[in-house]
Amino acid sequence: MTEHLRSSSDPVFTDSAPASLHPVRSTVRRTLAVALSAGVLAVLSPLSAEAQTQNTPSLDDPRVGLAAGPGDTAEEAALHMRLVSLSPKPPEFDSAQGLTYINSDLAFRGNYVYQGNFSGFMIWDVSNPESPTLVNTTVCATDQGDPSIYGDLLFISAESRRSRNDCGIQGVEDVADRMLGVRIFDVSNPASPRLVKNVQTCRGSHTHTLVPHPTDAGILYIYVGGSSGVRSEDEMPGCSSGTVDENPETAQFRVDIIRVPLANPEQSEVIGYGRIFEGLAPRGSRGGPSGCHDLTAYPELNLVAGACGSYGILLDASDPERPVRLDAQADDNFSLWHTAVFSNDGRSLVFTDEWGGGTSPRCRATDPMELGGNTILRIDNGRLTQHAYFKLPAAQTETENCVSHNGGLIPVPGRDIMVQGWYQGGVNVFDFTDPDNPFEMAYHDRGPVDAETLVVGGSWGAYWYNGYIYSSELSRGFDVLELEPSEFLSENELAAAKLVVMEEYNPQSQPKLVWPAAFPVVRSYLDQLVRNQGLPAARTSAISEALRSAEAASGAARRDALNRLAGELDADAGRATDADRVRAMAAAVRDLANASQ
Amino acid sequence: MTQPLAGLSSTLRILGVLILTAGCGSAGHGSGDHNAGHEPAPPGMTAAPDHAGHADHADHADHADHAGHEMHGLGATAGPGFTVDDVRFMQMMIGHHAQALTMARMAPTHGAGRDLLTLAHRIDISQRDEIGLMQDWLRERGQPVPDEEQMHTMEMPGMVTPEQFAQLDAARGSEFDRLFLTFMIEHHVGALQMVDDLFANPVAAQDSDIFRFATDVAADQLDEIGVMERMLERLDPSSRSNSR
Repeated sequence: MTEHLRSSSDPVFTDSAPASLHPVRSTVRRTLAVALSAGVLAVLSPLSAEAQTQNTPSLDDPRVGLAAGPGDTAEEAALHMRLVSLSPKPPEFDSAQGLTYINSDLAFRGNYVYQGNFSGFMIWDVSNPESPTLVNTTVCATDQGDPSIYGDLLFISAESRRSRNDCGIQGVEDVADRMLGVRIFDVSNPASPRLVKNVQTCRGSHTHTLVPHPTDAGILYIYVGGSSGVRSEDEMPGCSSGTVDENPETAQFRVDIIRVPLANPEQSEVIGYGRIFEGLAPRGSRGGPSGCHDLTAYPELNLVAGACGSYGILLDASDPERPVRLDAQADDNFSLWHTAVFSNDGRSLVFTDEWGGGTSPRCRATDPMELGGNTILRIDNGRLTQHAYFKLPAAQTETENCVSHNGGLIPVPGRDIMVQGWYQGGVNVFDFTDPDNPFEMAYHDRGPVDAETLVVGGSWGAYWYNGYIYSSELSRGFDVLELEPSEFLSENELAAAKLVVMEEYNPQSQPKLVWPAAFPVVRSYLDQLVRNQGLPAARTSAISEALRSAEAASGAARRDALNRLAGELDADAGRATDADRVRAMAAAVRDLANASQ
Repeated sequence: MTQPLAGLSSTLRILGVLILTAGCGSAGHGSGDHNAGHEPAPPGMTAAPDHAGHADHADHADHADHAGHEMHGLGATAGPGFTVDDVRFMQMMIGHHAQALTMARMAPTHGAGRDLLTLAHRIDISQRDEIGLMQDWLRERGQPVPDEEQMHTMEMPGMVTPEQFAQLDAARGSEFDRLFLTFMIEHHVGALQMVDDLFANPVAAQDSDIFRFATDVAADQLDEIGVMERMLERLDPSSRSNSR
């Protein structure tokens, strides 16, 4: 292996064996003490599944060796997950012309799913997930077409140099026609979207993130993500580049902020920017983070997590026009901090590393688990601490672009569970309740689009929305998947997840998940306490019986039974090894009692 | 993605050599002039260059000289959705990446530190795959792909000189780390300049694939410069006071 690596006269095109790698950092192993002192709900994993200990993706997995094919012709493998439907791309985007017509991210509102494409977007009606219907296809060159929905307004990122003010796909000859930034469409009539404004920015918009005004419902802010080159002064007056030292007005090393007056979206404009990278690179540096690939807002907590080049960054956005950096985390194993997902309690963050930009195979049996996967950070008083890595455990081929990509939470009470797309590595679901021991719970994967050459495809992002998992397939179309109960997920936990109904969901503007008062919610905690032995078996059996009996009753009798149970649980908490979970269950039982009036 | 170059037909290799012109001039011309990319586009390029298929080599040569690097002499023509500058960028970046690979592969045998081994390994995998991507892009558009000899003789900004190479090869341990980081930072700055040069042509890089690729190269390498500067600082804390 060393032999091969040393040979500089080797053709550069053959595979080399991996050099010995930087071992997993010690922060990853330092743990229980920190977690215990944090005194949070998720001290103990609700499952005792094995964390990832492998150094590279495994060749011993049902996902290995799947036959290739475009569309629905590839062989599939699935665990605890069912493919409900695959809707092919509309003819407008049905082209294998490199990246020009690939699908991108998703946004959700009511029965509609908004799917971005490098050359426009689609609106799907998913009232029947077995058979989504295409309501509209809008052709509009953008690259990459990252979508967000807010009421009747659909926001679309435009970054490509071929992107035009008039949405044409013929390319740009005169820079006056160029549109780089965020497009705003009125989709009040989903069958006929109307372009109401192109907000131009100096570096275009690779992604964008909605940050609602904390108090004024009439104002929406948009944080613009992206690290593209700066447009010339000729093309857009006021745009210039360089380091902050040499040019304080530089459009690099900043995050642009757009203000949208919701009653007059045509008046939307860039109102400023956040210089949130100051001090991260050595003084006088010509490098370091110059923008965020993506930012994830958690408006409930006024936090924003920025995945910004070589750093994961935590921002306080209490004043959205002046975000303040709380902390930043670097990791030499992470090449491109790409996207973040908060746990629902805001105490953990999953960061993804899009090593290779998404068009390269990075899940081969030789690609290390610390590179091109996820890492989990804990947030304590605004400070970040790095914990374990998690990567797709099954090896993929040379012709499958694969790396960590977008996802979101699955609303199971008492646990942190995420569904994620890994491009041609497929979709998987993993638990990160214990930030030191994340583990995989379910997956769906297809063979490569093509067995001989790398044809870009796979899941751009996969998200749970009102009971189903929706995945945007770059080349094949639009997938709907359904999670199934398993040894990793009880029927009660799945039922509780399905009780969470969102009116609107933009994965990069995370909503706080709230569960209704319901028996499956209470029983989810109970199932978790049985699994992790957080309470003695005699107690969990008795609680189960008490719940059965309360459910059989009604009105005041049910209420009284539940209040009695809640009191017992308070006492249990004092003796339990997972006291926080018992307390959470007691609170859910009280909610249920109050709902039984 | 990473088909061996040996798969190229010998006719193409010969063709490549025949097209090789006297474009490769003074060695090391590119180093030291990396901020040129921050200047406005050269006057010759503000007029929209050919976008429909008639290559204008003279115009490009002009541009290349202004930008501080030489033509490499491979043939390049425009086609549907891509310009001559796009083709040249891909051809030259192959050579630029190839040198980074050569450097990265020295790390395990030169006593590199653990952090540097990780970095070198990542550069090795990343840039090897990207070379495959660039080769595919060129082949799919019927453009000459530089062969091994050509890619090692191209002149690009930030390239390590033979003298620097000898210096690096003679170094071991932390001295190797220091030189590697110093040279690789300049090498990366050179790649940023190549992207800047490409984008200085207002109608170049409209093809989705080259746009994505060039943007990713710039973003990755800009960040990696920051990472390497941090590593350099850890290696030699006093360097913080040095002016750069």
